[in-house]
Amino acid sequence: MQRCDDWTTGPGARPRAAGWLLLGLAVVGLWLPGTVGAQDGDQPAETITLGYLGLEPDDELEPLSVLDPVLDDEGRQGARLAISDNNATGQFLGQGFELVEATVPRDGEVLEGLDDLIEQGADWIVSDLPREALDEVLGASVLGDRVVFNVAAPDNALRGEACHPNLFHTTPSRRMLADALAQFLAYKQWDRWALVYGNTDEDRLLAEAFRESARRFGHDIVGEKMWPHDPMARRAEGGFHAIQREIPVFVQDLDEHDVLVIADENDYFGEYFPYQGWLPRPVAGTQGLIATAWHRAHESWGGVQLQRRFEEQAGRWMTPTDFAAWLAVRSLGEAAARTGSMAQGEILDYMLSEEFELAGYLGLPVSYRTWNHQLRQPILVTGPRMVASVSPQEGYLHPRSPLDSLGADEGESTCRF
Amino acid sequence: MPFLIGPFASRALLTVRPALRSASLGLLLGTALILLPTLAMAERVFVSNEKDNTVSVIDGETLEVIETIKVGRRPRAMAFSSDGSELFVAVGDDEAIDMIDLESLKVVRSLSSGEDPEVIRVDPNRPYVYVSNEDDNIVSVLDYQERRLVTEIPVGVEPEGVGISPDGKWLIATTETSNMAHIIDLETMEAVHHRLMGARPRHAEFTADGSEAWVSAEVGATVSIIDMQETFDVSHTIRFDVPGVPRETVQAVGVALTSDGRYGFVALGPSNRVAVIDQQSYEVLDYLLVGQRVWHLALNADESRLYTTNGVSGDVTVIDVDDLEAIRSIPVGRFPWGVVVEP
Repeated sequence: MQRCDDWTTGPGARPRAAGWLLLGLAVVGLWLPGTVGAQDGDQPAETITLGYLGLEPDDELEPLSVLDPVLDDEGRQGARLAISDNNATGQFLGQGFELVEATVPRDGEVLEGLDDLIEQGADWIVSDLPREALDEVLGASVLGDRVVFNVAAPDNALRGEACHPNLFHTTPSRRMLADALAQFLAYKQWDRWALVYGNTDEDRLLAEAFRESARRFGHDIVGEKMWPHDPMARRAEGGFHAIQREIPVFVQDLDEHDVLVIADENDYFGEYFPYQGWLPRPVAGTQGLIATAWHRAHESWGGVQLQRRFEEQAGRWMTPTDFAAWLAVRSLGEAAARTGSMAQGEILDYMLSEEFELAGYLGLPVSYRTWNHQLRQPILVTGPRMVASVSPQEGYLHPRSPLDSLGADEGESTCRF
Repeated sequence: MPFLIGPFASRALLTVRPALRSASLGLLLGTALILLPTLAMAERVFVSNEKDNTVSVIDGETLEVIETIKVGRRPRAMAFSSDGSELFVAVGDDEAIDMIDLESLKVVRSLSSGEDPEVIRVDPNRPYVYVSNEDDNIVSVLDYQERRLVTEIPVGVEPEGVGISPDGKWLIATTETSNMAHIIDLETMEAVHHRLMGARPRHAEFTADGSEAWVSAEVGATVSIIDMQETFDVSHTIRFDVPGVPRETVQAVGVALTSDGRYGFVALGPSNRVAVIDQQSYEVLDYLLVGQRVWHLALNADESRLYTTNGVSGDVTVIDVDDLEAIRSIPVGRFPWGVVVEP
């Protein structure tokens, strides 16, 4: 494997001619013919090139807890690991996988990053972008009929009215995460929720997902409040004396509830809430007990294997975005191995067929929903240091798969390809 | 203590424990004729308890746990040394193979195995043990007499199951993330064929005549039959459809094959069933309800009984092979993983 470091440097170094675009480029997983044991796999090598399109990390979005590391390679490390996993199998089948990467600065042009990936031969795109930037990519004529895997945007709309025939999602939607948590809370019979959400667009969307999930699984939201977070005040006012006084007062007027559900996707304030409520109630949602596609505490179903492989490569823990990127690249590898083909049409047909089953270290095989191209997957329900459960919970039945009790089902989906 | 006379008598006497010996001898002639058609030997059944760091020893006759042996951390697969004097236990978290003396039932030595050993098999001809090292994408070959690493055989991602042909010519290693069976020529110690299996292949078991290998797939819920005589290709795939059970809970793991070519048994994980398969037609004949999350299987010496480890319920189910019926469940330690019966 060969890898170059990203060369994102300070603003002063940006050449004007590049139009404010600074690309961090790297080529990993170049397939090397004639590696171990390819005795009866000596077919001519065919290679698929994937392009990883990401944004520079947002300085505004550093985690609230100083215990969480600030990452500058989130997502792409998952893609790199999957490339090497794909190639470990591909060497026996005459199939190779290669990753090219582009990192767009916060004030840069996403489409220039896309152009660059395509110039480098990317046949498939892995999008580590928020919804607006992803919409831009999907609307670009240069994209052609390339398929885009969304590994970062949780927007329900992208799986609904704003869906796209060439867009696949390996990251769960907000609705899937909310449903996973709602099922577990129903199992606990903690069905009176108080909801606190932030003042960002993301938090308003997540709060709406929690409301929908509460309705679907029979919970009652007894009260809601918006936490007026001021981004400028972050960390400066972090003294626990103030928090200790402020939070109980803020939640005091919420009606009697079993659980305090927080919607704070940006990790601005939710971490302050555990142990600070007016009532002695657990905190769940985006902090406290969370629903997530991946977590370091998860080691069941062979998960420890993936955790160890990832840590050996990246020197840090695997995040949900890394996992979504790993799933996207592995989906391609799995479909290519099974079909014996590197052709887009055959790979897509197989990925959307009932035959497709990817082992995602979550106990049940993961596969794609034909009606909106969302990966159906089990969701972990976990505390900060120990996994509490995995949804779907036992007893939530579905005629197709219990996994389809999480997220928009076929009948209610507003996606029309 | 009833014992058979005939072919099994000498073995039974050899393996019976000293305290029982004098009493057994007196009863031997008197009871032998009556019990002749049924089984009855003091064979011992060994069960590795993954969470307890122990191996439970079950008396094959009374079906009770008679001993619990402390071993290293996270014991999973087990195999007997080819002379039958020792039981090898892969203890994953200690990165070692513990060797239990079958007389004293104590760990007498330990062999370093490389990272995270999960499944082990013993060579019938040479003092070699084959170990899948999940984290390193290799199968290690260890000489357990000279206590040295013979070689490492590169395979795909996450090697798991290891099966060896009865003549010791072929080894099959399955890789869980590559979804392959790697067929290794044990003469040259090289993987010479690589075949795609169902998703997350686990166990590899050869038929008694060595003509086929059965490879289970946990996530794919299939068993692939590999022709080991000519093509080394998958000649048939067995699928499972357990009535009234969600498809997702059907996960094919352990495989046991009767040597007369009659039955194949496949443990189906959290569906809590063992599939009974006609070894010739590959037709699924029945699904037997056993304990929760059934993982591995072992037939006893005369193949009259099948033992299953049930990880979640923490017990072993005993199945009568003639009647295809579960006759007993025996509580063992936490998360029983592997099971072997003294040869």
